[in-house]
Amino acid sequence: MLGRAYPRVVGGNREPSWIFFETILPLLSIAAYVFIYKAFLTDPSRAATVNALVGYVVIGGTMTAFWLNVLWSMASQLYWEKEVGNLQLYMMAPMSRMALLGGMAVGGMFMTSTRAIVTLVVGVYVFGIVLSVANPLLILAVFFVTLIALYGMGMMFASLYLLYGREAWNLSALMEEPIFLLSGFYFPVGALGRMVALGASIIPATLGLDALRQLMFSIGGAGAQFYIFSPEVELGILLISAVVFLFLAKGSLAYLENLAKKEGRLTTRHQ
Amino acid sequence: MTNAAETRDLTRIFTRKRRHRLFKQKQVRENEEEDTGPVTALDRVNLTIKEGELFGLLGPNGAGKTTLIKVLCTLLLPTSGSAYVGGYDVSKDVFAIRKKISMVSGGETSGYGLLTTRENIWMFSQFYGMPSKLSKARIDDLMHTFGLWEKRNTKVRTLSTGERQKMNMIRGFVTDPEILFLDEPTLGLDVNASRMIRQYVLDWVRKGNHKTVLLTTHYMAEADMMCDRVAIIDQGRILALDTPANLKKMIRKESTVQLEVDSLKSTISLGNIKGVRNFTSKDDVERGTTSLSIIVDDEGAIADIMSSISAQGSRIRSMRKTEPTLEDVFISMVGKGFE
Repeated sequence: MLGRAYPRVVGGNREPSWIFFETILPLLSIAAYVFIYKAFLTDPSRAATVNALVGYVVIGGTMTAFWLNVLWSMASQLYWEKEVGNLQLYMMAPMSRMALLGGMAVGGMFMTSTRAIVTLVVGVYVFGIVLSVANPLLILAVFFVTLIALYGMGMMFASLYLLYGREAWNLSALMEEPIFLLSGFYFPVGALGRMVALGASIIPATLGLDALRQLMFSIGGAGAQFYIFSPEVELGILLISAVVFLFLAKGSLAYLENLAKKEGRLTTRHQ
Repeated sequence: MTNAAETRDLTRIFTRKRRHRLFKQKQVRENEEEDTGPVTALDRVNLTIKEGELFGLLGPNGAGKTTLIKVLCTLLLPTSGSAYVGGYDVSKDVFAIRKKISMVSGGETSGYGLLTTRENIWMFSQFYGMPSKLSKARIDDLMHTFGLWEKRNTKVRTLSTGERQKMNMIRGFVTDPEILFLDEPTLGLDVNASRMIRQYVLDWVRKGNHKTVLLTTHYMAEADMMCDRVAIIDQGRILALDTPANLKKMIRKESTVQLEVDSLKSTISLGNIKGVRNFTSKDDVERGTTSLSIIVDDEGAIADIMSSISAQGSRIRSMRKTEPTLEDVFISMVGKGFE
C-alpha cells in the first residue's frame, strides 16, 4: 500500500504548479457563489445566515477537491495504469489487489488533503467566515468516514471504468457536474427537496457535507430546515456506505482480474 | 533437478469479443463484429524449461511468444491444457508463482514520470514485500552495474529509451526472482545497451543459484549467443526445440546461398527449382536490388538458380555461401523470414 501511495504523496507535490491550479483556481468558483449570496442577502440582520451560506460554499469547495480526485484520479486510475503499461506489472505482483487500490486511495487522500486544507484556510480567512464548532471529534469522524466512503466508491468505479475503456473519460465527465448539483457542493442539498436529497445520499459527499455543515455552523442555525438527518445518523449511514463500497470494490476488482485472465485484453495496453 | 516451467498441450484461443461499449458508432460496431473470429495464439504447446536454464523462444511477431509468457506469468488463463511454473499450476497457485517470478518487456513505459529512477524501482520492489533497506541497497548495486547510477535522481520522464530499459531491467532483477521472463528485452536499443543487458543476463544465470530465464526474441543472433536451448515457434506451434548448435546441425547438410541481384520481377520460379528447400527475398527499391537467401538441399541447384535469375534479365551483383544460422533453421521450417 505504501509503495502505491508514494507516487501521489511525493510525486504529486513535486511540481509546484499545483498550488496555482489546485488551490487558487478553485477559490475563484467559490468566490462566485460567495458574492451571489452576499449580493442577495444585504440585510445586516441576516449576517448569520450569510456567514453560514458562505461557510457552506467554502466547505463545499474544499470537498470538491476530493470529489474531483476520486473521479479523475481514483476511478480512472486503473484505466490510466493500463495505458502506461503498469497494470499488468501490478497484476503479476504477489500483493493484495485491495492494497493496490488502498495505496492509490490513501495517496490520493493525502495529496488532496494538502490542497483542500489550503482552500479551506484561505477561504475562511479571505471571506471572514466565523465557525462555531461544538464537537471537533465528531467533525473529524465525519470527515474521515466521508473520505473512506468516497474513496471506496472510487475504488469500486476503478474496476468498472476499466471495463468501459476509453469511455471512462466520458463517464467521469458525465458524473462531474450532476454530482456537484445533487450533492449540494455550493448550497444546502435539502433545498432540492427531501426526496432528491435522500436519493443523492447514495453519494457519500452529500451526507458528509450535510453533517460537516451542521457541525461547523451549529445545528438549528441558518439553513437548518434543509438538513437531511442529524450528524450522528449521517455518520452511521456513511459508515455503512464505506463498508458496502469497499466490499463492492473488492468484488469488482476480483471480477475484473478474472475477466482479464480469461479475455486477455483488459490489462493490456491499447486494447 | 526440477523444472522451472512446464506446459502440457497448452492452448490459448482469443475470441476477440467486443463488449462493454457504451458510446460507439454503429459503423464501428459493425466493422468489429465482422472481425470477431477466434484466434489460436498457442496450439497444444509442450515445453519443459529446466531450472538454471536460459531458454529462448524464437519466432516472428504474432507467433505466440508473448501469449506464452503471459500464461506463465499468471496474466492469462489457458483455454485448455496446463502450465506449471516452479511446480505450481498457473490456473490455481497464482500467488505462489508470482512470488518467484518477474518480467521485463522491451519498449516498456511503466512507472511514473514524476518519480526518480530510484524511486520508481523502489516502488515496484514494495509490491513484492521487500524490506525497504534491502531494496534500496540492491537498487544502488544494480544501478552501478547497469551504469545508471548517475541517473538515480533523474525523473523517469527525462530518461532516454536505453536508460529507461536499463531501469526496467533493474526492476526485473531487484526482487531477485527465481524465474525471469524477458520479452524482447533489447528491442529498439543501441548496440552497447543491448550488449550490456545480454551480458548481465548471461552472468545472472551462470553465476546464480538455479536462476532461470525465458527469453523471447526475434533477434536470431541474440538467441544463438545466449540460450542453452531454443524453441522455434510460429502460429502458436512449437516447430523445433533443441540447443542452437543442434538446431543448426539439422540443416547442416543444406547450404545457404546469399545473393544480391538486380531487382527481380518475380521470385516464384525460384521455389520450383529442384534442390531449393526454401528462400526469402527482400527488395531494396532505392538501390534497385533484390536480396535472396536461398536454402538448397543440393548445391547443384545453384546453377539453375543463376539461370533463372538471368532469364529475367537480372544481373547477379554478389553471391556467397554461408554457414547455417538460426534464421536459416527458421526459414527451412517455416518458409519465411522474420521480417
